[in-house]
Amino acid sequence: MNIVASIRIALRALRINKLRSALTMLGIIIGVAAVITMIAVGAGAQNRIEEQIKGLGTNLIILLPGSTTSGGARMGAGSRNTLTEEDAYAIQRDIPAIQAAAPALRGAGQVVAGNNNWSTIFYGVTNEYFEARNWVVASGKMFDPADISGSAKVALLGETVVRNLFGDADPIGQVIRIRKVPMVVIGTLERKGQSMMGQDQDDVILMPISTARNRVLGRGAGKLRTVGSVSIKVRDGENMAEAEAQIRELLRQRHRLQAGQDDDFTLRNLSEILATREESSRIMGLLLAAVASVSLLVGGIGIMNIMLVSVTERTREIGLRMAVGARGRDILTQFLVEAITLALIGGFLGIVLGFAASIAVARFAGWPVELGAEPVVLAVGFAAGIGVFFGFYPARKASQLLPIEALRYE
Amino acid sequence: MTEPLIITRDISKSYEMGGLSVQALRGVSLSIQAGEFVAVMGPSGSGKSTFMNLLGCLDTPSSGEYVLAGEKVSGMHRDALAAIRNRRIGFVFQSFNLLPRTTALENVALPLLYCGVPAEERNRRAMERLAAVGLAERQHHHPAQLSGGQQQRVAIARALVNHPVLILADEPTGALDTLTSCEVMALLQHLNRDGMTVVLVTHERDIAEFAKRIVMFRDGRVVEDQTVTQPKDAAEMAGRIRRDQEAADA
Repeated sequence: MNIVASIRIALRALRINKLRSALTMLGIIIGVAAVITMIAVGAGAQNRIEEQIKGLGTNLIILLPGSTTSGGARMGAGSRNTLTEEDAYAIQRDIPAIQAAAPALRGAGQVVAGNNNWSTIFYGVTNEYFEARNWVVASGKMFDPADISGSAKVALLGETVVRNLFGDADPIGQVIRIRKVPMVVIGTLERKGQSMMGQDQDDVILMPISTARNRVLGRGAGKLRTVGSVSIKVRDGENMAEAEAQIRELLRQRHRLQAGQDDDFTLRNLSEILATREESSRIMGLLLAAVASVSLLVGGIGIMNIMLVSVTERTREIGLRMAVGARGRDILTQFLVEAITLALIGGFLGIVLGFAASIAVARFAGWPVELGAEPVVLAVGFAAGIGVFFGFYPARKASQLLPIEALRYE
Repeated sequence: MTEPLIITRDISKSYEMGGLSVQALRGVSLSIQAGEFVAVMGPSGSGKSTFMNLLGCLDTPSSGEYVLAGEKVSGMHRDALAAIRNRRIGFVFQSFNLLPRTTALENVALPLLYCGVPAEERNRRAMERLAAVGLAERQHHHPAQLSGGQQQRVAIARALVNHPVLILADEPTGALDTLTSCEVMALLQHLNRDGMTVVLVTHERDIAEFAKRIVMFRDGRVVEDQTVTQPKDAAEMAGRIRRDQEAADA
């Protein structure tokens, strides 16, 4: 007996008890739909997180002074500023794995343009900063080398700042005053959106690092050209941990730290954040798998139950088939194919329902969803597996009936 | 004399029923030649049905030997028995045993499904057989849409579709009225005249008298084995009944 004939027999048998077949499939349908929807929502969320991290740069190491972990907030304290611009240049120069090491000074203050004013954050940077932090100039231009060395009074504005100071007008060539220092706007930055922590990354002004130091923050007096942070971008394909070790070694040497002495700087790595995110999405995934396997298990038991009923109901049919020459394995195949067909139809309906539910979630809840081929393959495989696993026992029971007893069954 | 088609040597069968051993057959030795038309008779509990089940390879004897068409069937594996049933034996049952919600054509083609005949060939051969029993135009009807006589003819077509050497009919007229019974018996007589070996189980003497030989069972043994010198002609009798009915209706 070939498989096509088996499938036709199975479909006929399932058609005869339409309602019963549909109810039996329900467990599988709901299970598969749940798997598809949850994977779609999960993948959507994962994608958004990954995009945000990519916006920051996954291969970004942030070097901060001191042993503090509270980020660049040391700026302005001036007491233990252990990092200098020279450290940044040395890192870029001496470590081949580093693509860019950008020193930055951070400050905050009131900005005025014409009748408008706005409170924002500004960074004094070099042109490496654009590369390290993935900033793109939307209009205008970056700093000239002369601007950097000569404390030129020029600035690039983030989108939020532009909107608040100039509205729809073109800011390029306009003069703004930061902490009363007038500066010419030479460019605007492309929009980045919110950071993972919900901060508006576009609420920012960039100016040459020398300008920030000498004219705005007023720390030019110190001999050491200290910086608030250094953003370090590791080249693609390079090992992050190795790059970090090299940076640590170089800095310890430059700062003349003895073995056993603590670092006077902190290296922070965004891949730690990434790892945390991955861990939480892994737990989420495990939870989903648990929910899905419970509903698929229940669905499978439903199939087994109905197949057992079906075998009992059709004992005479089995007897007749055996009388006209069906072997045990023909009967086994027939009922197994029936169980698998039941599970697969349920699986396909579940996929359709899952897609519909995902689209509904995307539309009405506004969550990003990601529909892929993988969960479909997974769901179909699962459904077929359930059909085989839970269909085997009833099918085997049918195949082991004695022809004469099956024929005589009332 | 040629080797008989069926030889049973001292076959017996016992069942366990609720701890009791029931001896259904107590050593039956019987030979049936190809081309015979044998009626097996006996009261209920005589072992005639058990004997039929053994002949049909639906059950296996507890002891003794059964040879069908030169093959020693007793002791064969159940898959081998399935193949014997499929290729050598055609069954006709009292309750027809057609698959419900399945067309007459597919019912007839069923045995071919289990010996690997391709779909087209299955339908062609089933159609041929269905036409031979006069039901060609009913090929797409389901059993529920056919009369009892028509259903039994579909069952006979199914029995014949795989060119068996033996037709086993177990009370084939048990569920039919007199006229339809005669028509079904006429069909079996016709097949027998064309050379088919037919073994029939019945408890009605009227039906048994259509056969050429009557074997009587009682208490698990053959008690009588007689040749019918002048078997009744079922076709002729059916014609007579039909005329009588028409006369009565008129």
